[in-house]
Amino acid sequence: MPGPQPIGGTKVTPVPVPRAAALELASGGEVPDRIFKSAMTLCGLAVIGVLVLIVDELVSGSRLSWHAFGFKFFAGSDWNPVSEQFGALPFIYGTLVSSLVALILAVPLAVGVAVFTTEMCPKVLRGPLSFFVELLAAIPSVIYGLWAMFILVPLLSGYVQPFLAKTLGWTGLFAGPPYGIGMLAAGIILAIMIVPIISSITREVLMVVPQHQREGVLALGATRWEMIRVGVLRNARAGIVGGIILGLGRALGETMAVTMVIGNRPEIAKSLFAPGYTMASVLANEFSEATGNVYLSALVEIGLALFLVTIIVNALAQILVWTVTRGQPARGHA
Amino acid sequence: MPEIAGSSFRQQGVPSISWRRRITDHVMTGVAVLTVVLVLAPLVAIFGYLVYRGSGSMNWAFLTQTPKPVGEPGGGMANAIAGSVLILGIASVIGVPFGIGAGIYLAEFGRNRLGSAIRFTADVLNGVPSIVIGIVAWAILVRGHGFSALAGGVALAIMMVPTICRTTEEMLLLVPQALREAAYGLGVPRWRTTLSITLRTAASGVITGVMLAFARVAGETAPLLFTALGNTFWNLRYDQPTAALPLQIYQYANSPYDDWHRQAWAGSFVLIVLIVTAVAAVRFAVRRGTFGTA
Repeated sequence: MPGPQPIGGTKVTPVPVPRAAALELASGGEVPDRIFKSAMTLCGLAVIGVLVLIVDELVSGSRLSWHAFGFKFFAGSDWNPVSEQFGALPFIYGTLVSSLVALILAVPLAVGVAVFTTEMCPKVLRGPLSFFVELLAAIPSVIYGLWAMFILVPLLSGYVQPFLAKTLGWTGLFAGPPYGIGMLAAGIILAIMIVPIISSITREVLMVVPQHQREGVLALGATRWEMIRVGVLRNARAGIVGGIILGLGRALGETMAVTMVIGNRPEIAKSLFAPGYTMASVLANEFSEATGNVYLSALVEIGLALFLVTIIVNALAQILVWTVTRGQPARGHA
Repeated sequence: MPEIAGSSFRQQGVPSISWRRRITDHVMTGVAVLTVVLVLAPLVAIFGYLVYRGSGSMNWAFLTQTPKPVGEPGGGMANAIAGSVLILGIASVIGVPFGIGAGIYLAEFGRNRLGSAIRFTADVLNGVPSIVIGIVAWAILVRGHGFSALAGGVALAIMMVPTICRTTEEMLLLVPQALREAAYGLGVPRWRTTLSITLRTAASGVITGVMLAFARVAGETAPLLFTALGNTFWNLRYDQPTAALPLQIYQYANSPYDDWHRQAWAGSFVLIVLIVTAVAAVRFAVRRGTFGTA
């Protein structure tokens, strides 16, 4: 090979080299390169294609129900496959309330864990601790459900619910017979499931806060907690909110564990002890047995609504996390 | 200003921080520790109970037999374990090449509009509820054709692609540009450089992504409910309804029979051993950096 002469067939060198030389030197020149690039582009386009396919199938599948009920679909609370009357309000209510309960329980815990692992904990513990919290994220939903059915629910009906009814029963949120199964159980199991997501994103966001900011606040005479509150949490606010919203997105779409403990009754009740039903659960329970086109179409429309809501929620979360970590990808799902 | 000195040297007892601030500090530390305990408690409870019930319910019949008729004790989940392997195999065969390919596109060619669009789409796909993906797989592959292992595999493949794609991209971008240039300098064409140099260097990271995606879909139940459907008999054909471990656990958990509850725990135990092994292997591989050829 003659000296430092640039070799063609690649885009590194701006010096044009005769095509023949390039083909001779490299085992395969521009043509395989072009094929390779097209193949990879195709894989990338497939990702977009899948999303388009999802939207297309959901929209075309729900057309029948949309024509039959219109916006009333989301306002009606009557779900009757026999008379073909479908209103999704109880499911929307169940999804929102169970997710809200989950957030109320999970957010303080997740932020606490993140603060502890980044700011307080000895370095030795940091690795194992985050590993264990990540392990929570790796447990399949159906196993959470199994555990909740046989451990959490008896615990709730035997101890927690009677206690709540006695002390907070006057609010009306904790009234009624303590079956265990119901909105509260669903909220608790969801909370356990979304803590890892929220805490891992919060941890990431907290670690982006520059060290000198902590030092600066400490130098002004702050205690450690004051340093965390003023110097760290306040700066990371947007990112933490992003993590919380990402957790919400997960809670909204969670299916199996919720289906196993929420009671699956399409009713709107004020008490958290009462059974409910979520959008994902009704799909899990009724989709494979749905007879009749309107019934199926109504279920697909619930799927479409769920899809849209989770996409909006996730996009919002991504943007918030991005503004804090400046374009570094959020690794919440991994 | 005595307080400035006071904070950094508070261990030495400079009496400049009011007792109220100091107690707040201690209380908040306690609260943080408490949250850790509260988060780890369910983890320990779930794992402990799973191992206790699962290993206690495990026996040879469970691993080798198919389910007995409703209500009859005995039998096992051998067909569900095989079905899970089949479905996950289909999912990996479809999902892994597409995921890695899309990741290569993003890392090597994707600094443009299309690249950003794909990146955004992958993130969106990652957040789509699994049950919705089940509906789509049903609409494409089940309606008019019948329930099948293939439909279940495709649904899971769709869930694997975004994770694999984004981790592959991240890992490829970590490979130094100089390494690529060295290969180009030797006259190696771009496709060969990407596959044999860049991708190989990043192999351990890419494998991590694949394993994480695998672990994530291995326990998925919702997208299989109306694609693979489940089956009480052996099936190893791609176009027939197929049992899967998570499906079987769900079915048995909802049944009124004690023996089926026992088997649901045993099935969960098998499933969790599978997933934890995968996750632990990934941790090990990442720390050692010796997975593949890196």
